[in-house]
Amino acid sequence: MQNWMEWAVAFFLLLGGAFVLIGSIGLTRMPDFFTRLHGPTKATTLGMGGILLGSMFYFSTSPGTISVHELLITIFLLITAPISAHMLIKTALHHKIKAIPKTTGEQELKRGQQQNSSRSHLKSNLP
Amino acid sequence: MRLQPRYSWLPTPYRSVLLFCVWLLLNQSLAPFHLLAALILAVVIPWLSAKFRDPQPLIERPGLALRYILRVFLDIITANAQVAVLILGPTKKLKPAFVRVPLDLQHELPITILASTVSMTPGTVSADIYPTKEMLAEGDEVKQRWLLIHVLNLDDEAALIAEIKSRYEAPLKEIFQC
Repeated sequence: MQNWMEWAVAFFLLLGGAFVLIGSIGLTRMPDFFTRLHGPTKATTLGMGGILLGSMFYFSTSPGTISVHELLITIFLLITAPISAHMLIKTALHHKIKAIPKTTGEQELKRGQQQNSSRSHLKSNLP
Repeated sequence: MRLQPRYSWLPTPYRSVLLFCVWLLLNQSLAPFHLLAALILAVVIPWLSAKFRDPQPLIERPGLALRYILRVFLDIITANAQVAVLILGPTKKLKPAFVRVPLDLQHELPITILASTVSMTPGTVSADIYPTKEMLAEGDEVKQRWLLIHVLNLDDEAALIAEIKSRYEAPLKEIFQC
């Protein structure tokens, strides 16, 4: 493997690892459920992107081969990350999980909780 | 806005291109067999599944759509840097907030793309879209839809709403012409 290639692989792996680590630190440091959600949805996406780029470079170095199916993982990750975040936060609204007191826009939160609970109320009344 | 495809045998041309590329990427090969298999799958799968789908607006401006994707990619990178700084900084200084954004879009596909984009970009996660069709009484029309988002660090609510509307919603309206 060429020397500069090794540097590139190392750089992307470390960058990716750092972002995944920061996302996980966010999980433990943030004060409530809603703020905790921000770390894993964002920092982790770029982290995974970095690691996958490193992998692409690493497996493309042997002569005559090129490794591109990491691109697929990136695409699927970009599609699924916002959806799983959305499902989590909707569940939180449904269960009326409390936000920390300094959160502004409490009325909007109430409205969102109401929307989500009355929907389930409708469902449970079905025969 | 256009709901009906131009050719009935090719209901979703861009999705067919995507399927074609995904098959080739999965196999990591440009051999004649895989090219042919990809072509057949890319035509047959959308054609078979078209009947099961709700008609959604079609992409009218592919060039703009490409620009939108690039912009979102760049925004994801800046979003990551910003959120990383916020996470590592003092948590006491954070100003989390819930904000309600009025939507001009009306169809499910563009709204889904907008909500996903908002989740991927700086400091915001989309929480809910209401009202939904199931919530309304029979025959009621949806007048105004709202997107509820959670913001990690809110400085100016009006500016944030204006930015989401001009940066993401306006191009989507152009792309789908709705």
